Amino acid sequence: MERKKLIPIPSRGLMTERDIGKPPILDIHSLGIDFGGLHAVEDFTLVMGRTEITGLIGPNGAGKTTVFNLITNVYQPTRGVILLDGIDTKGKSTYQINQMGVARTFQNIRLFGELSVEENVLIGLHNQIHYSFASSLFRLPGYWKQEKQAREKAGELLSIFGMQDLRAHQAGSLPYGAQRRLEIVRALATNPKLLLLDEPAAGMNPAETAELMENICKIRDTFQIAIMLIEHDMSLVMGICEGIAVLNYGKIIAKGTPDEIKNNPVVIEAYLGKKEEEGAC
Amino acid sequence: MKQQQLRIPMPVRYLINAALFAAFLLVGNLLVEGRVISSYYAKVIVLIGINIILTVSLNVATGYLGQLPLGHAGFMAVGAYASAIFLTHTSIPIGIAFPMGIALGGIVAGIVGILIGIPALRLKGDYLAIITLGFGEIIRVILLNIDSVLGFKLTYGAASLKNIPKETSFFSTYLCVGIVCFLIHAMMKSRHGRAILSVRENEIAAESCGINLTYYKTLGFTASAFFAGVAGALYASYLGILNPSGFGFMKSIEILVMVVLGGMGSMLGSVVSATVLTAVPEMLRAFSDYRMIVYSLLLIVVMIFKPSGLLGQYDFSLSRTLESIFRRKPTRHPADAANAEGGEA
Repeated sequence: MERKKLIPIPSRGLMTERDIGKPPILDIHSLGIDFGGLHAVEDFTLVMGRTEITGLIGPNGAGKTTVFNLITNVYQPTRGVILLDGIDTKGKSTYQINQMGVARTFQNIRLFGELSVEENVLIGLHNQIHYSFASSLFRLPGYWKQEKQAREKAGELLSIFGMQDLRAHQAGSLPYGAQRRLEIVRALATNPKLLLLDEPAAGMNPAETAELMENICKIRDTFQIAIMLIEHDMSLVMGICEGIAVLNYGKIIAKGTPDEIKNNPVVIEAYLGKKEEEGAC
Repeated sequence: MKQQQLRIPMPVRYLINAALFAAFLLVGNLLVEGRVISSYYAKVIVLIGINIILTVSLNVATGYLGQLPLGHAGFMAVGAYASAIFLTHTSIPIGIAFPMGIALGGIVAGIVGILIGIPALRLKGDYLAIITLGFGEIIRVILLNIDSVLGFKLTYGAASLKNIPKETSFFSTYLCVGIVCFLIHAMMKSRHGRAILSVRENEIAAESCGINLTYYKTLGFTASAFFAGVAGALYASYLGILNPSGFGFMKSIEILVMVVLGGMGSMLGSVVSATVLTAVPEMLRAFSDYRMIVYSLLLIVVMIFKPSGLLGQYDFSLSRTLESIFRRKPTRHPADAANAEGGEA
């Protein structure tokens, strides 16, 4: 995995070299949200290139998932601007944000558990299928054609993780790791430009994590999309992320390449407390 | 995997189902018209058909959409009165007016469904139940107290709306049952139906998959109201006389019991339980006073021993059954289960 150099953009942040010259996929400026008197996220500024893999790390309760919820407008931000591919997302509903190109997975898996694996992916493909309500009621030719295409597409997407043989299984009965993978497939099915992964490696063993890392890079390379991930597994974050932002108490305390982050004293302090010289990342 | 995979192509599946259904309609009609089945039993059978439509329609809102509306009898009343008023005032020949009345009953109930659904579906769980419960009662009380609108005698309030043409027959009822079941099946096995199911499964995940929650909730709720209106229209022409007291809270509960007993989300379950719960009280005429006790006992017993209902979410597919009979090795083709056909009639 070749790591690209990060180039600083004046007053904004860092971006990978190959994405320079193209408009950023995500441009967040001074984002903030208050829950009552608590500043859950404060002055969050970040720029992401179109094919960048960014890690969002930080201790528990630092506000990482809140950032995801703000990007997808599950919470409306109190302050700040989010530009998604140049478009302000203010006032948009969560489903509209998805249609604009943001897909996500959840920390606590949220699959459609009673439905089959294939149906889960087909629901992800919902907005790529266009036949009308009348076509489905009266089984017009458009229904058959597009349903067939959608099933083929679902099979293709499932084969990224080698899950094509599981398509008839009930999603809720899959093993934990497979459920996480299915969530990623479902998110990919919505044809995103930006994929948000909330702790994709949680509960996976080192071998599975290694495979996941390969797959995340493969997804980025095949679909040419940006991926932002929250993760506690440092081997994964340091292994595949090109840029890392460290969050503590709702604020970004450091941004940079994995090597910069590893040796940043502020980060080490946030994770391990003061006086520790060598961080155990 | 590839040897001996018998797959009945799609158009053929529909043809088989349609042919069997047509045969059922014709044979049934012959039996009823030829008085092989006594007119009393014929009436019970028609009532079963109407209750099947009511149950499968409520199943859309309860089983598929995952909401708990308690005012289904209200939509039925709206459909019944809309159709009855149309039929008693029109001069169109009854053969044409009757299907129009059924469609009208469905459409008016559907429109009321949209009007109720948009505000009500913003609420969740108990609140939706309460608001729809209120809606059902409001409809009943309005019908009971308002007997003329702007000087036109329309609903006749508590004095009952009389002289509705008694057009509902075995044939018309079960034709409607077939059409309603097919339409609901067709809706559920499409992108629209999957969106409705995703709302039931997980609203947050559905929304993050780009599904417009309000739209699909309203769609499911409206479809449910529409088909309840169709059942109401049939019911009006079945009785020939409409009184608001027939559309009370207990009627809504009765329909809900049928859905829950059959298994939420199973169309076959709805059909079976509507049949059983309509036929049993008729068979036990002498005990009809205890019907509600039987209902509650039945519900409690089913909920204890099979909380997902008699059939859970299982749906019958004739083609799938045929395929598995004719297949040498009974291996389930994955795409097959995904294509799963719900049982029509």
